[in-house]
Amino acid sequence: MFDAMAPRTQPDNLRGTNVAPILPMSMREVVLRFGETAVLDGVSLDLGLRGCTVIMGSNGAGKSLLLKLMHGLIAPCSGSIKWGDLAPSDVMVRQALVFQKPVLLRRSVAANVDFVLKARGKGIAARDALLEHVGLLHKSAQPARLLSGGEAQRLALARALATDPEVLFLDEPTASLDPASVLVIERIVADARKRNVRVILVTHDIGQARRMADDVVFLHRGRIAEHSPASQFFPDPHSSVARDYLNGKIVV
Amino acid sequence: MLSKPYAVTAVSIFLAGAATAQDMSIIVQSTTSTANSGLYDYLLPIFQETSGIQVNVVAVGTGQAIKNAQNCDGDVLLVHAKASEEKFVSEGYGTVRTDLMYNDFVIVGPISDPAVVSGMTDVQGALGKIAEAGALFASRGDDSGTHKKELSLWSSAGVDPTASSGQWYRETGSGMGATLNAGIGMGAYVMTDRATWISFGNKQDYQISVQGDDDMFNQYGVIPVNPEKCPSVHADAAQIFSDWLVSSAGQDAIASYKVADQQLFFPNAPTK
Amino acid sequence: MLGEILQSIGEALGLAVALVFSGDPDLLEIVFLSLQVSLTATVFACVIGLPIGALVAIGRFRGRNAVLILMNALMGLPPVVVGLVVYLHLSRSGPLGFLGLLYTPTAMIIAQTILISPIVAALSRQVLEDLHAEYADQFRSLCLTRLQTIQALLWDARYSLLTVGLAGFGRAVAEVGAVIIVGGNIDHLTRVMTTAIALETSKGDLGLALALGIILLVIALGVNAAVQTVRMTAARQAYV
Repeated sequence: MFDAMAPRTQPDNLRGTNVAPILPMSMREVVLRFGETAVLDGVSLDLGLRGCTVIMGSNGAGKSLLLKLMHGLIAPCSGSIKWGDLAPSDVMVRQALVFQKPVLLRRSVAANVDFVLKARGKGIAARDALLEHVGLLHKSAQPARLLSGGEAQRLALARALATDPEVLFLDEPTASLDPASVLVIERIVADARKRNVRVILVTHDIGQARRMADDVVFLHRGRIAEHSPASQFFPDPHSSVARDYLNGKIVV
Repeated sequence: MLSKPYAVTAVSIFLAGAATAQDMSIIVQSTTSTANSGLYDYLLPIFQETSGIQVNVVAVGTGQAIKNAQNCDGDVLLVHAKASEEKFVSEGYGTVRTDLMYNDFVIVGPISDPAVVSGMTDVQGALGKIAEAGALFASRGDDSGTHKKELSLWSSAGVDPTASSGQWYRETGSGMGATLNAGIGMGAYVMTDRATWISFGNKQDYQISVQGDDDMFNQYGVIPVNPEKCPSVHADAAQIFSDWLVSSAGQDAIASYKVADQQLFFPNAPTK
Repeated sequence: MLGEILQSIGEALGLAVALVFSGDPDLLEIVFLSLQVSLTATVFACVIGLPIGALVAIGRFRGRNAVLILMNALMGLPPVVVGLVVYLHLSRSGPLGFLGLLYTPTAMIIAQTILISPIVAALSRQVLEDLHAEYADQFRSLCLTRLQTIQALLWDARYSLLTVGLAGFGRAVAEVGAVIIVGGNIDHLTRVMTTAIALETSKGDLGLALALGIILLVIALGVNAAVQTVRMTAARQAYV
């Protein structure tokens, strides 16, 4: 059964003790090109064992692509990405990604969670606890695609948590949601983080970044302008582009 | 009477158990004229009542009926092209051919009668006038018994109509009914067997223009398919059906079938 | 001329209504066999065509374009050619003659299944490919197997695929070329709506033929309306 408060351990306690650890993550000189344009140009990044990493940067900086590269949905043109000693494609099954626009199946709310549980060979016993955790139990029988934006994103989160991921990627999960929904989703993500789920969050919302981040990666024009602990980044970013961004200046 | 084959049909769909349906039934590869005239609808219930054998009729042109029977896809052949039938038997596909009944061919045409042949009995003369006038003539063109008969009449009239194919001579490549529909639609003369014409429902302004020539005689024959060529045929049931048709009971039944008070077929099986 | 046509359609309409309300057992038998043959063929065509459509929809393999062209071309299979090919196989002198299937409803189902399987495959391929474009990243992130992906796509596209099945059924129930060759249009055994219409036309009984055509049209309308109702219900739940 899903227990929102039960901590995870490394290596994954549910898949046996002989599973190779997937953290820390290390990315070296990654280049991603669309045609002649380098959208990510020599990105190197190390992510530690715990906490919530927030990726920030203006539109087109390459944040979502960086997320997909780390998850293994796209492959870099050059450079390397390693989770422990493993390639992204080998660990994808131990991670979950919540898309900016939730991709919900044309089924009921409950069936959306059941689908993931069954696909992973688990029973559907955990479904109600998961829905309860995201506050959607009372909507179990409703068509998923009639949910409001905030509810839909919470269902996408419940579905991601149903895979019991070690790493949770979130691509602007609260963009264009009302403040109440934002707080509910932040609470769910914070709970996951407390359970030692490694959270990697892309957001434009500076307030949200302040509330969630343990460390911040600031992307600018396909390069990492800055990677600092949150305690340092927000009061005193050392890159000028990050400082301008935090001060509300438009950085292109 | 209807429920039994119907139930068998339903079962055979899913079990592919058509063999059970055919134990009690035979397939007759037949010319269209006998089927379209309604003769079978009249005859078969009488036969089934006395024999208990279900007779299924596949009505196609004589040429196709013979080919289907050569492929063993029928138990009895009932057509009207004597030369082809005798060849069918001599090649071993059929056991024996028996004269069954006759009627005659007629040439039907529009009342306007563009070739001025109405009332003629001399069929060769009439065909000659049609060709001379270049009046439209719709032919079956499908290698059927009627088509073969028509070609032999043209030949004896000394006309090669196929030289004008697509001009005044229109080969429909279709069955009798379809050819009549087409011919009437375009105002063409059509040669048809009398039975089909009498029971045909779309006559419009058409009438019989030419009839009564001895050369227009139309003989039907019946042939059981040979089990030596086709081991899968239901030879016993086929023989029973064939025997019944030429028996006095079958011949009387044929003679008593009338449409609009007109007898369509005249039994002439040799008496045993 | 137009007046005459309208009049004959009007007469046929009256005849069709009279036929239906007479409850003529022969007519009911023909209607029922038509539905049975074509619906069964549609089910089989879906069993064959949907997995093929799904495989091509999500597959990226060499020669995929050639497969697409072939599938689309096969949608235009002439019924009479299908009938002929099936006849040659099922004929007692053919390779499958020992089955004794020629001139049975089973033969008609086989012919119609062959006729409409490409339609189901080609149309479902389009539907499933569109849906997959929406789901692909999510499914890859979930590390679904190919089988799980296909199952999920087929289930989530179920209401769109209903329309695909309907297209196949429409083609099957309306065709005459294949069933008349392999079925033989045998009264009380293999006579269906279309072969009955062909027969009445060849008898020159155009009114009856037209009346039967109207009944066939009404049946097709009924099936379409039923499917449309299901789809609209599903659409209200955003399941389409």
